[in-house]
Formats: sequence, C-alpha cells, structure tokens
Amino acid sequence: MMTNEELKTRITELIPGATFEEGGEWLNIHVEAGSWPDLAKQLHDNPEYRFDYLFCLTCVDWKTHLTMVYHLTSTEFRHTIVVKSKLDSGKPEIGTVSNVWKTAEFHEREVYEMFGVNFLNHPDLRLLILPDGWEGKNPMRKDFEDPVNMIKL
Amino acid sequence: MYRNTEIVYESSQNPSIGGAGEAGDLVINVGPQHPATHGVLHLVLTLNGETIKKVEPHLGYIHRSIEKMCESLTYRQFIYVTSRMDYLSAHINNQACALCVEKGMQIEVPERAKVIRTIMAELTRIASHELWWGAMAMDIGAFTPFFHAFREREAINDIMEETCGARLTMNYMVPGGVMMELHPDFQRKVKDFIKQFRDKVHEYDELVTGNIIFRNRMKDVGILSKEDAVSFGCTGPTARGSGVSCDIRKLYPYDAYDKVQFEEVLETGCDSLARYMVRIRELHQSISIVEQLIDNIPEGDFQAKTKAVLKLPKGEFYTSVETARGELGVYIVSEGGTTPYRIKFRSPGFSNLSALDTMARGSKLGDLVAMMGTLDLVIPDIDR
Amino acid sequence: MWSLTNIANSIHNWLNEQFSPTWALIFEMVIAGVAVIGLFALLGLILVIMERKVSAWMQIRLGPNRVGPKGLLQSFADTLKLLVKEGLTPGGADKLLFNLAPVIALVVAMLLMAPIAFAKDFQFWDLNIGVLYVSAVSSLMVISILMAGWASNNKYSLMGAMRSGAQIVSYELSAGLSVLAIVVLTGSLNISEIIYSQADGWWIFKGHIPVLIAFVIFIIAVTAETNRAPFDLAEAESELTAGFHTEYSGMKFALFFLAEYVNVFIVCAIGATIFLGGWMPLHIGNWEGFNHAMDYIPSSIWFFGKTFFLIFVIMWFRWTFPRLRIDQLLNLEWKYLLPISMFNLLLVTAMAILKWHF
Repeated sequence: MMTNEELKTRITELIPGATFEEGGEWLNIHVEAGSWPDLAKQLHDNPEYRFDYLFCLTCVDWKTHLTMVYHLTSTEFRHTIVVKSKLDSGKPEIGTVSNVWKTAEFHEREVYEMFGVNFLNHPDLRLLILPDGWEGKNPMRKDFEDPVNMIKL
Repeated sequence: MYRNTEIVYESSQNPSIGGAGEAGDLVINVGPQHPATHGVLHLVLTLNGETIKKVEPHLGYIHRSIEKMCESLTYRQFIYVTSRMDYLSAHINNQACALCVEKGMQIEVPERAKVIRTIMAELTRIASHELWWGAMAMDIGAFTPFFHAFREREAINDIMEETCGARLTMNYMVPGGVMMELHPDFQRKVKDFIKQFRDKVHEYDELVTGNIIFRNRMKDVGILSKEDAVSFGCTGPTARGSGVSCDIRKLYPYDAYDKVQFEEVLETGCDSLARYMVRIRELHQSISIVEQLIDNIPEGDFQAKTKAVLKLPKGEFYTSVETARGELGVYIVSEGGTTPYRIKFRSPGFSNLSALDTMARGSKLGDLVAMMGTLDLVIPDIDR
Repeated sequence: MWSLTNIANSIHNWLNEQFSPTWALIFEMVIAGVAVIGLFALLGLILVIMERKVSAWMQIRLGPNRVGPKGLLQSFADTLKLLVKEGLTPGGADKLLFNLAPVIALVVAMLLMAPIAFAKDFQFWDLNIGVLYVSAVSSLMVISILMAGWASNNKYSLMGAMRSGAQIVSYELSAGLSVLAIVVLTGSLNISEIIYSQADGWWIFKGHIPVLIAFVIFIIAVTAETNRAPFDLAEAESELTAGFHTEYSGMKFALFFLAEYVNVFIVCAIGATIFLGGWMPLHIGNWEGFNHAMDYIPSSIWFFGKTFFLIFVIMWFRWTFPRLRIDQLLNLEWKYLLPISMFNLLLVTAMAILKWHF
C-alpha cells in the first residue's frame, strides 16, 4: 500500500503534465484526454501499482465541460486513485480503456449514450440502455429536456 | 413460410443483433419476457445448435434513470428512490446512501443505530440469498426449493414489516441513523428466526447441494477466472467464487462490522458451483453476525441529531457497501446545495452481467440459465 | 362377484339377445370407444389433481382448495376454462400440421390404451404381440412433438422438438431392452401371458437383481420418454419458455397436456403389468392360504394401486430433481443405461436358460 504522497511522486515521474487535486479522501489526478489510454495501460501493468480494478467509471456534466472520472484500486496493494479528464462538451472524445479493464466496455457504452462521450477505438460503441434508434440529446446532460416524462421541482 | 424462424443462411450484417451471423447460426431472444431472466433482461443469443456462440445483453427495459431523478431530490429524499434499485437489498442500498451523506456531513452516528443497521443489513442479505437459492433452483428445473426458501424468507419479511412497516422497499435508514425505534418484539422475533433457520438449513443441502444432477449441472460451468473477475469488475459472491477477496465488510468496515467476528467466504472453483457454495456459506456467516449482535444492541439514540435541511459541502464523496450481490458504490458530487449535483450508483449487477458473455461462450443453452442463476441478477439493479 | 369382467359379459349377452350379432358388435365397439374416451378424460383430470396435490404436499403448501371439496374439482374448472378459451394459431404457422399435432398426440395415447389389462380378463384387445405393440406405438409420440415444434414457427418450439426427438429415440432403446428382460423370462410378448406367468410371484421378486436393475432402468427410461422432469428438456420452461407447445393455447394445449398425463399412466401401467404383476394379487410361491386371502382384493384395485404407486414415484422425481442438460441426458443413455441394460439382458437370458429364477 502506497500513501497518497508516494503515489503522487511516482505518477509525476510517469506523466509530468499531470496536476493533482488535494483535499479528497483519495489522490485525484487530472490528465489530458489524449494521454489517458497510455497512462491507463501503465497504471494497470506496472507491478508497483497494479491498478487492476476499475470500480467506477462515470462522467460529470459541468455545463462548461465534461469530466470523465475513473476510480481505480489495486486488489493487491489496496491503494486507490481517482483519475479525471476534462472533455470539451461540444465534441467530447477520449480513448477507450476497455482493452485495459474489461468492465470499461459496458460502462463506456453507458457513458456514451448518457453523456454523448465518444470513446475512440471502443470495440462495440452502441446504445446499451436507450432504445434502438434513439435520437436527440443525451439524457444525463444537464441541458436535457423531456417535457413529457420529466417533472420539474 | 417459416420466416420468423430466423436461421441465418448467409453471412449478414444485421444491426439489430449487433454483428455478423454465420451460416447456420440461430439467433434467439431470451427475454425481455422469459422465465429465466427474472425480470426484463433481454439477451440476444447466437447459437450453433445448442452451443452458445455469443451473448449480448440489451438493457434499459426498466431504466428509470434514478441517477437523474436524484439530482432533483434532496439528501433526505433521494434515499427512498434507491430502495427501488436492488429491491432485494433495499436496506443495504439505503445504508450506502446514508453512509455517503454522513461521510460528507461528518455526522457521528450513535452506536445503537450502527448495530441496528448492521442487523438489518444482514437480515436483508439472508432474505436475498434465500430468494436467490429458490429462484436459481427453479431455473435449473427444481421447483420445490423455492417454497422451502420462502418459508424462511417470510419470517424475515414479517420482522421487517413490524419494524419498518414494509416488506420489500423498507426505507428504514436515514442520514444519522435509522428512522424509528425497533419494534418491542424485534429481539424475540429475530431469535425465533435464528432458531428456525438453524433447524431448517440442513434441508437446503439435502434437497439441492448434495444432489448429483445439481452438481453435474453446476460443476465446471460458467468458468470465470480470477483475472477476468477483477478485470470485469465483478464483486460479491460472483467474484469470491473465483477467489477474489472483495468483501467490503472486511476490507473497509462500516457501521458495526468491525465489532463482529465473521469470515470472508472464498471459494477457488471459479465455476457456478463455487459461486453457489459462496452464497450458501454466506448464509451461515450472516446468521452468525446477527446472532452476535442481537443481544448486544447498545442503549441510546437510534438517530443522531441532524438539521432539518441537509447540505453537503462542496466536493466529491464516495462510499461503498457490500450488498447481497456485491459492491454498491455511491458517488456524490456536491456543489454545496441541498441536492446532489451528480450522483452515480456503481451497481454490482451491471458489472457482473458484463462478464456473462465471457462465461457463456461455448457452453450449452441450459448452462446459460444456470450461470444467470448463480450471477444472481436483479434487473432494476442493472438498469437503475 | 362384482367385477369388470361380469359387467362386460352381461352387456355382451344383453346386446346379443336384443340385436343381430353384427349390430351387437358395432354397439360394443361404440361402447368401448366411449368408455376409452371417458376413461381418458377421467384419468387426465384425476392425474392433474393428483400431481397438484402431490406437489403441494412436497412443497409444504396446501395446493388447490377452493373448487369442490378440498379442491378436488379444480381440474374440472381448469378443463372448462381451457375448453372455452380461444385456440390461437400463430400467423406464420403451418396450419395443417399445427392443428394435427395435438390430435396425433391424443390418438397415440389412446391407441396405447388398447392392450392394457385393467383387471382380470378385462382387456380391450389381447393381442399376441402386446409388448411389441406398445413399444412400437409409443415411439409415434415423437412425431406429434416434432410436428408441433416445426409447425409452430417458433425457435423455442423448434429447439424443444429437436431435443425431444433426440431424447425419445435414445431412451426407447433402454426401455425396450428392459422390457425384453421380462419377455425373455416369460417367453411371450402377450400381456395376459406375462401377467399369468406372475401367478406365483411378481417378476420383480422372482427375478433376482437383474430384473430389479431392469425395473430401475425402465422407470428412468419411461420418465424420459414421457418428457417428465428431470428429463423435461422438450419443455424446459426456464430455458425454452414452454418448448414444443409454446405457441399452443386453449384446447389444443389441453390435448397435449392430457396426452402427457395419459402417457404417464400408460407407461406406469405397462411397468406395473410387466414387473409388478398387473392385476395379479400379491402371491408368494405356494403359500395357499396367503394367496387365497390376497385374491379377495379385486384385481382392478391391484392394478390401479400398483399403477398409481408408480405414477407417484414419477411425480416424486419431478418435484425433487433439477433438470439435466441435453448432453448429460444423452450421455446417461448412451454411456450408462444402454450398456448396462444390454449386459443385464445377457444376465437375464443366462438366468432364463439355467432356470435360476424362482
């Protein structure tokens, strides 16, 4: 088990451009969308961290931009990090990590339809939950309006 | 004339079935209305005779977008919606949300509330595993276990009804503790139940576990290797059947789990039988946890004093608990208001289901039913 | 003494007094036909209520208890409901085959009724190859299932029919070989001769262990042949929704349902006849007094008692065991039951030649 400080130094070595966010329970790392798939592979494969378990993959719509949030932990060392990546809300694109963690395949499909994030190189990026032929906006975005089914409080 | 008997005669790219069918493949829909899916799960199977070539889940038939709903509900209100996710572990869902709000607001929960929560959660786990046991036996063709399981489950439901007023969606946990005092008969009833359970549990093994047909149906079926289990994010008994230590109650104890003695059940078979055995052994662990706590409920408040309107500070909060199906994570992003800005439920069923394709390829159609039985899928939990 | 034989004879005599022999024969045929259909319907109703009560008893619940005394008229109500329900034919179905299949299932079950001896000297048709006739006709059952599965234009039905084809054809062999064991011992295919050969004791007691093995194999094989759990792969409601009769409703479904129960009755009757002496009371060697006392119990009670005991055993299987998988089912037959029953037949033959049986 590595402490947050140790993890921080190691990850700075790995990717010099990363910025960190303090205060949370776990170490939050901000990475560029372009460098994420490579970093993910290293985080997963490197025997010092072994982040082999992606337990939460989601996206937050901040109106100005989207943020992808990946919660990673190691079943061996039990240390946890949170990786975040800012995406442009007009044309959100990020590389897939489904080749690193298989669970990402389904979670990315969910984020794809709910937030409209395009996962590059995803093997099977289709609608999972929404009905076939769904057109229009992505339901989990903050600007989504459905006058029939949504009740404004 | 047999136009609906969709045997694919030539290679075709059909978008609705999501991939190429080879000549001779049989594509069938299991669900959304099917006896073995226990709800509205829709699986599109590509079969070669009886052998499964591909399983493709189509979700969303019961998707209510609980995450979106929660964005417009206050921190007191949103907990009640979560009972409708994994309705068989309703207490534990509520508990997860309550814990997350408590973590954000740094509320100190009274000891009594912690113990009550733990007892309730374990009773819920027993009830859920009972239902799973009956339903899984029914999937592989044995009807009788269902009624034997419901005999015990009914006793738990009666206890829940007395204390919480509901039998399925209990809504008993609130931020800061539990909603109301225990029923005066609670301890006696729970002890009666423990006695009844201990008297009857041997029937489970006699009726199902030791049955030669059952063992043949389960052994070496639906292999999920340890690496795959971690990679697919499987948790709960599904992963513990593959030898992955992932019991949140042990790893990150919450409520009163650090005060009780219990063992994390691990099996290394990686097959359906291992997952079955994990759940059966968990029943015994849960009953022992309840037994340790039931006589030791401390006196005191059942709820911490909290403000009428809860406001979480700006930030992000994540808690996870062990439901009957695995790790349920609650991820709240707060902007400092009375409602969450974004909430994400990391549901165990969703990840467990994603492993189904890998498990099922190459086995027979009958095996698929056995596998789905041992995955213990609850569809509202997957769809949320 | 009041017995089925006396009633049959008195009707026969009365008809011959009243009418010319030709007309008497025609009337007798009509009466026999009506009797078979009536028996058929009655058996179906009794077996359905029995199954529901047996399952309720095993599942610690009450079972049907509203219609009639203790719910005994429940199956009448069910039949009435099925009669007035619309019998749908799916759009893409082959109408002729689809509607013919349940009728064939019923006709096969009725044909099987013919050689069964219900009581002493009470048999519709005592033909000299009774056992062969039963095995031949009962294998026609698979045709109705295949027809139903194919004509339904439903993938589940088709898979159920394919499973059922593989299953019935394989288990015919074991059932046939285990029946053959008794045929070797008696030296006759005639059902009444087989029964009379058990006048000094039933074959299951006289035949040592080989006959016991044949009996067990017979029970397993006929459970599979009638598509009952744990071999109900043709229906397999948790895998194939309802298998070959997924698309059937109303009376067409009821005919399949009825045929299944009558088939269970028939195979149990055959089992009781061949291994347990049919209507023959429990006789032990030359204990004259005991044998005489046993003869006071009417032969029809012996027959139905044994048959319903076997039916109860088959129901017991259904409500206790999980279902097998298709490859395990075929493995069980081709790798275990068939070799065992072949070897067993050799043993029985040796036993018959050396006169080692009682």
